[in-house]
Amino acid sequence: MRSYIQNFLKYRHFLKELVKKDFKFKYRRSRLGVLWSLLNPLLMITVLSIVFSTLFNRHIPNYILYLLTGKLMFDFFSESTSAAMRSINGNAALIRKIYVPRYLFPISKVFLSLINLLFALIIMLAIMLFSNSEWSWSILLFPLPILYLFIFAVGVGLILSAYAVYFKDLNHLYGVMITAWMYLTPIIYPIDIIPDKFRLIIDCNPMYYYVSLFRSIVLDGTMGSWGTHFLCIGISLLTMIVGLLVFRKKQNNFILYL
Amino acid sequence: MNKEDIAIDVSDIVMTYRLYQEKVDSIKEYFVRMLKQKLQYKEYEALKHISFQVKKSEILGVIGLNGAGKSTLLKIVAGILKPTSGQVTVHGSMAPLIELGAGFDEQLTGRENIYLNGSLLGHSNKYMKEREESIIRFAELNEFIDVPVKNYSSGMKARLGFSIATCVNPDVLIVDEVLSVGDFKFQQKCQERMQELLNGGTTVLFVSHSLGEVEKLCTRTVWLEKGEVKMIGNTSDVLEKFRN
Repeated sequence: MRSYIQNFLKYRHFLKELVKKDFKFKYRRSRLGVLWSLLNPLLMITVLSIVFSTLFNRHIPNYILYLLTGKLMFDFFSESTSAAMRSINGNAALIRKIYVPRYLFPISKVFLSLINLLFALIIMLAIMLFSNSEWSWSILLFPLPILYLFIFAVGVGLILSAYAVYFKDLNHLYGVMITAWMYLTPIIYPIDIIPDKFRLIIDCNPMYYYVSLFRSIVLDGTMGSWGTHFLCIGISLLTMIVGLLVFRKKQNNFILYL
Repeated sequence: MNKEDIAIDVSDIVMTYRLYQEKVDSIKEYFVRMLKQKLQYKEYEALKHISFQVKKSEILGVIGLNGAGKSTLLKIVAGILKPTSGQVTVHGSMAPLIELGAGFDEQLTGRENIYLNGSLLGHSNKYMKEREESIIRFAELNEFIDVPVKNYSSGMKARLGFSIATCVNPDVLIVDEVLSVGDFKFQQKCQERMQELLNGGTTVLFVSHSLGEVEKLCTRTVWLEKGEVKMIGNTSDVLEKFRN
């Protein structure tokens, strides 16, 4: 265990360089550069709220923020896990030639998405300021659900990236799965339009808990129930441990398949 | 041999490759074959119980014909491959010179790649900043250092790669056929640098087909044949047998 931690510390600079590199490439040669990180969520939320607000405005007060909070959390998850899944295949040239802890590649993608999320949060705060929403001290807890989701995304990303090496089909399959997953999570619609007989699907969906915890902190100005906090922590840690174990078992043969 | 004097300890390495008759890389195919019990493969032993030790500040040469297992051995020592059984322990920091410029990102400039490569060897930006200038000077890339590496010639890439790996003073250096890069002037510089490192106490594992180089640099040499250690000992003795 200690040697694992030492190894991680030795390569932490590499993790930083990976994230820096990806961030730089993302906006290289675009006129607006980093500004896109702010514009993107703004434009996206404009489009979505035009489309859906007439549908759901009566059900939900402050629908734009309801939509935005859910969308930001889910986009962070889907973007980070999809990129993590491709990260081992994408860095095949390096992995074949140089030793470096391989789990750093999927993790770096989750960090990259986290940076995007932080930019998008600025937009969220701006909208909150302009829409006269109520503020309370509990909003300072907003990093907690993000942290839980981060750990969950690392776990899922590790599992996906390990299997994607052996089964290239996963790349195509996951794109469909994540779309379905998004519609099964109450992001654009309110939770109470789900009929009771389908409620079980929502209850089994971990994303529902992260999104609703984030909403109760940011929108409702509460701390969220202890139960939800513990549930989120539990799911996150369990997923990450499973992810690390799966990845460790699978990684020895990566080089033979890349 | 005293335990503290050992830089690389290779003990009882076995490397078995599975040669699948056909590569299975989609889920559907995998299940179809699992049901038909058709996941067959042949086994191929690339290394058979290899053991040897390299003393601190020694240059150990590794020679052998193609297919003897030299590359596999190097990859295992460098940590890229995990052996089927057995263990390799490397004491101290290690810099692999297996393929020069392997860690480069083609899109980044030479300067950015210095930091990227340094971090691959476990060094912070601050540490690399102190060495940046001497790396650039040694690689003779002065005005090209802020050009993306994709526009470099292969000689420039190799020079930068060699320069980075050797400027950071590794304890152990793994060298595979790389001293034959660039023009004769740069080759001479490389050999001088290698000699400097050796005088400074760096341990080197040196793989080469050039018996001349092995003779010049190495004190001891391992001769691999078909995955086994055929002979290990003084370079001159091993080379004499190998040539016959």
